Amino acid sequence: MATEAATGASSTPGMPQLDIGTFPNQIFWLLVALVIIFYVLSRVALPRIGAIIEERHDGIANDLERAADYRRQAEEAEAAYNQALIDARAEAQRIAAAAKADVQKDIDAAIAKADAEISAQSAESEARIAEIRDSAMEAVEAVAKETALAVVGAVDADMADADAVNAAVAAQMK
Amino acid sequence: MAGKYVEGEFNIHPMDQFKVEGLFNGGATPQGFADLFMITNQTLWIALTVLAIIGLMVLGSRGRANVPTRMQSVAELTYGFIYKMVEDVTGKDAVKYFPHIMTLFLFILFANLLALIPTSFSVTSHIAVTAVLALMVFVSVTVLGFVLNGVGFLSMFWPKDAPAALRPVLAIIELISYFVRPVSHSIRLGANLMAGHAVLKVFAGFAGALGLGAVFPIFAITAIYGLEVLVAVIQAYVFTILTCVYLKDALHPHH
Repeated sequence: MATEAATGASSTPGMPQLDIGTFPNQIFWLLVALVIIFYVLSRVALPRIGAIIEERHDGIANDLERAADYRRQAEEAEAAYNQALIDARAEAQRIAAAAKADVQKDIDAAIAKADAEISAQSAESEARIAEIRDSAMEAVEAVAKETALAVVGAVDADMADADAVNAAVAAQMK
Repeated sequence: MAGKYVEGEFNIHPMDQFKVEGLFNGGATPQGFADLFMITNQTLWIALTVLAIIGLMVLGSRGRANVPTRMQSVAELTYGFIYKMVEDVTGKDAVKYFPHIMTLFLFILFANLLALIPTSFSVTSHIAVTAVLALMVFVSVTVLGFVLNGVGFLSMFWPKDAPAALRPVLAIIELISYFVRPVSHSIRLGANLMAGHAVLKVFAGFAGALGLGAVFPIFAITAIYGLEVLVAVIQAYVFTILTCVYLKDALHPHH
């Protein structure tokens, strides 16, 4: 009873922190706890967490490397695609030019043929026109002679000499 | 003993929460080495601290997931935070002491945070605990300093760049400051925790005595509680980074 009162008096009014009697007990359990924490951390927790972080770093580095690889492949594919496009375009131009040349040759031939036909036809037409004109001139001369003869005959029947009239008309027609 | 307090007066005992009491012997405080193995309220919360650390760092990382779960993410963040601190403050050659520093940090952090649970026990508010932690750092750093550098470790106390006349004076100051380190190291942590929890208790006592007016102390408790969360984390951080700084002196005493 007396000891209890004494300990109560020593701890209650002041700071329990300064009650030296509790120190061995406190320190003992503290050291036990620290040893347990240290062993658990250094044997289990810290190596494990370190390994996890390391693994993740490696994984991310690998992924980045792979991504760079894929990117390079994509760039190569794009270059190949562009090259193919350029080749195809050149080929298309070549084919178009060849086709154009063929067509031009056909057109030229057709035009030449048509020109020849046209000139032949126009020559023929000219010949016929000349023919028509000549016959028309002959008819005009004949009509003129007959008309002149009739006119002369009406004026003076004796003067109606067919040869003289014809000659006069022919001279006038020239 | 309760008769000492008059009925109706403020009946606030802010320091009672720090009493170390046995759990299985009617609340008697341990007395010296005779009660070395007694299970006290402090023992319980030290054990809970250990379990919480194992829960976060071991169970949290159990999945070893490449895309971490929430727990694993927190464990990894804590790992990365302290690892980087050791690397940056102490140097790359100090990473072999990383588990020791991690042990200190996690113990203090979880003890601080668990102490914020109402009715819990504040392990790190006890100077016996913080002094042991600080002395462990002090002794290991000093021993390590002499083992790694031999007598050259003493050159840390001899300021070569200072004027010759001042050197002995500065050396004495350096020496004193070196031995004051464990004191400030331990009291900074213990006093911060103790003060915060005592203040919370005082305001809680006001709230009990004021009836409806308790709104104001409760508001204050809420604010101080937020502050205490901050203090809990910051003190763990400060203790750890100072440990790293001291360790740096042992590894590289010449600069």
